[in-house]
Amino acid sequence: MIRLDNLTKVFDTPKGPVTAADHITMEVPSGEICILLGPSGCGKTTTLKMVNRIIRPTSGKVFINGEDTTGLDTQDLRRSIGYVIQQIGLFPNMTIEENITVVPRLLGWDKARYQERARELMRMIALEPDAFLKRYPSELSGGQQQRIGVARALAADPPVMLMDEPFGAIDPINRAVIQDEFLKMQQALKKTIMFVSHDIDEAIKMGDRVAVFREGRLVQYSTPDDLLAAPRNAFVESFLGEDRALKRLNLVKVREVVSDEIGTVRPGDTLEQALARIDDFGYQNSILMVNDKHQPVGLITRALARTTKGYCRDHFQNVPATVTLEDDLRKVASLMFAQDTTWLPCVDDEGRVCGQITQRAMTHHLGSRFRPTQEDDTPIPDAATRE
Amino acid sequence: MPIQRLKGVLRILLLIAVFLGGVWSQSSGVIDDFRFYLPDVQYLTVQHLWLTAVSGGLAILVAIPLGIALSRPSMVRFAESAMQVLNVGTTIPTLAVLALSMSFLGIGTVPAVFGLFVATLLPIARNTYAGLKGVSPALMEAAAGIGMSPTQRLLKVELPNALYVIFAGIRTALTINVGTVPLAFLIGAGGLGELIFTGIDLYDPVMMLAGAIPTALLAIVVDALVSTTAFVVVPRGVNPSRA
Repeated sequence: MIRLDNLTKVFDTPKGPVTAADHITMEVPSGEICILLGPSGCGKTTTLKMVNRIIRPTSGKVFINGEDTTGLDTQDLRRSIGYVIQQIGLFPNMTIEENITVVPRLLGWDKARYQERARELMRMIALEPDAFLKRYPSELSGGQQQRIGVARALAADPPVMLMDEPFGAIDPINRAVIQDEFLKMQQALKKTIMFVSHDIDEAIKMGDRVAVFREGRLVQYSTPDDLLAAPRNAFVESFLGEDRALKRLNLVKVREVVSDEIGTVRPGDTLEQALARIDDFGYQNSILMVNDKHQPVGLITRALARTTKGYCRDHFQNVPATVTLEDDLRKVASLMFAQDTTWLPCVDDEGRVCGQITQRAMTHHLGSRFRPTQEDDTPIPDAATRE
Repeated sequence: MPIQRLKGVLRILLLIAVFLGGVWSQSSGVIDDFRFYLPDVQYLTVQHLWLTAVSGGLAILVAIPLGIALSRPSMVRFAESAMQVLNVGTTIPTLAVLALSMSFLGIGTVPAVFGLFVATLLPIARNTYAGLKGVSPALMEAAAGIGMSPTQRLLKVELPNALYVIFAGIRTALTINVGTVPLAFLIGAGGLGELIFTGIDLYDPVMMLAGAIPTALLAIVVDALVSTTAFVVVPRGVNPSRA
């Protein structure tokens, strides 16, 4: 757990004092990733760097796991916090192994222990230990270097990590891969992480919570879904972008929207029966045909059922696409647009039809969060806004 | 193909030239003249190297700590002015420095070592300072952020990363030092300058060359020694010649 209590930084500049962080009070619960988000110069990096005293706070306190860090020795404090920076900052004079083990060596671990730790970390970040440990940072690609940067921060198993735009300098494709890898590691490691970003999409993807900063102040602190559904003011709203409702598509799983009521027909049914079922369920265009195992095998269209006689098994069209319960709505929307359809069948792990997802249900689900727009109606956990 | 052939022809011509040179020097007695100076050359070379070693060693011992001290954050206010003083110092000709030190310290080894020391100090201090200042701020932030003390940062991050530049300074300084030692003869400190200047005064080219050629060879050897040391000592990751 990281708790900031009225953390303030005032820089003295030739033009007079500038408040970079103004009485920031917030709490990151254990095991969660908190994204500090905002435009440049908003105080997010200053706030992060006050936690490990790269920048000394003017006033205020930082608590880590309930302990006030004010009295701690700076070096001891920093060794107990993992630190990843945008420029990566691997030491070019050291091998990968020396880079990864630098904190354990500072802490005085014995050789066998830190060498074993280095191999363990390399396996965790999916780089072959024997191929990489004896190489130098300049021999690695940017993405590999930043993986090593993360491994170095994790080396002494600190409970808390600070990450300053860690994936900002990596190309978009590699960035997505590293983000996914990191999230997977985090599921197992459960570190408490403060993570600076200026990228709203990264914030929504990585964050359990998002803290939006503006001009040194914490404007809103909430979960990504709450943030997108109920931005606290016009600034947050404009920062999130006009397509913020679309961004929420990433956050919602099919499971939350799926309706298990779905009418189907069997291959042995006649088209007449199919037409009746289409009308019973009130479907506009078509009905799904399933086999004995309840797996989707085809579509019977209304137009065909009305004009033709015969059995369903002779007159079906292919199923355009199916989705699973764990897909996010962004994928569903994309499939619907691509297939020109307003609903998709949803299947479980064994490929059996378990429901359907409709455009209407999606818009309803998303819209229900936007409706109560009264300013302080939405609970904002732990936020201390000073507006 | 024509270039290959040209190279072959040139190589043969060179061999012939060397052979003819050998024949000429043997027949004209130059080789015997040189051999006459051999004991002098041996004695003076030792003296020469001793002057270089003492003045260069002292310069390294003083210049590196000086460069380190000037690069510390607490010295930021004085560092640039101090470097300016050192830069102005570099422009004073070594001969003038030797003359000045003679007028304070008299004749002999001490003023010579002092003059050479001053001339050698500058390139090393300047490169040490520039090398340390050139270490990327991102590295310094990473080093601080993971909990290195200022001393650990200097020893484990700053110096190893600046080492290549520091060695470049040492290499330049020592090579110049070896080439400057002959001037020390003028204030009575000996060295191979004894043969060179006496040779000039007596209009004796053989004597002059008996001093000049070993001086040149020494400069080349010292240069090679320092660059080999740098090759071995500078960590592979920050050593362009081992990339």
